[in-house]
Amino acid sequence: MVYLTRKAEFSASHYYHNPEFTPEENRRIFGKCNNPNGHGHNYTLEVTVKGEVDPRSGFVVDLKQLKEVLNREVLDAMDHRLLNKEVPEFFTRIPTTENLAIAIWQRLAPKLKAAQLHRVRVYETSDLFVDFYGEA
Amino acid sequence: MKAHLTRRYMFSASHRLHSDAMSAEENAATYGKCNNPHGHGHNYTLEVTVSGPVDERTGMVCNLVDLDGFVHREILRRFGHQNLNTMTEFEGTVPTTENLCVTIFDILQRGFGLAHLEKVRFEETMMNSFEYAGEGKKNLLIV
Repeated sequence: MVYLTRKAEFSASHYYHNPEFTPEENRRIFGKCNNPNGHGHNYTLEVTVKGEVDPRSGFVVDLKQLKEVLNREVLDAMDHRLLNKEVPEFFTRIPTTENLAIAIWQRLAPKLKAAQLHRVRVYETSDLFVDFYGEA
Repeated sequence: MKAHLTRRYMFSASHRLHSDAMSAEENAATYGKCNNPHGHGHNYTLEVTVSGPVDERTGMVCNLVDLDGFVHREILRRFGHQNLNTMTEFEGTVPTTENLCVTIFDILQRGFGLAHLEKVRFEETMMNSFEYAGEGKKNLLIV
């Protein structure tokens, strides 16, 4: 088994707000992230796939294909977007880094054919990142 | 769904690697420059990884304000700009980064109950890092 990681970057804005909470609860729990005008991050995404090395190609996965899937499923949908309003997963879920990692996993997992998705890591900043391994 | 959240922090501290159980020659041979009696310092990078189900109401494994508050209060303020050898945690223990990993893991394990502690990782320099995930896992790595 060999693991391969591809990095990508995208920039997006978001805000944290749960309509079931009172305005006071939203402010207390989400702090500055509750500002309804949103704020942005330069996200770094690391997608790790695993698989056996194909003896003919020497690849775990064709990086061109992985890059195409990443561009289509994630970057085209999220780069320079307001996540709350433009990415359907976040119409109902709060666009935290945790939920972003889960949403990216759910977008990629069914589209990867040759290799198996191992980990999605999303850096919100260089000091904060979330790993999702597809665990229930 | 279960996610892992990692937060990075920095603090600077000094230490001297010296074991009372060794002779002066053994200390010099074992610790080299790190045995200098005047000590030396590092900018430590601390990574704390916690895990747990993502709360559907908040979208969070745990609130970063709580994790940051605990780490600032119990770790950064206490260890930052200190000589590790003088701290109670290192009485009788050599303040290697291995032992620092274990010490910080134990502080978090005892005091931070809002998410499951997965591991502590230290970068002593850009070239050295150390990880500890608790005794059960026997997972002390030098990477």
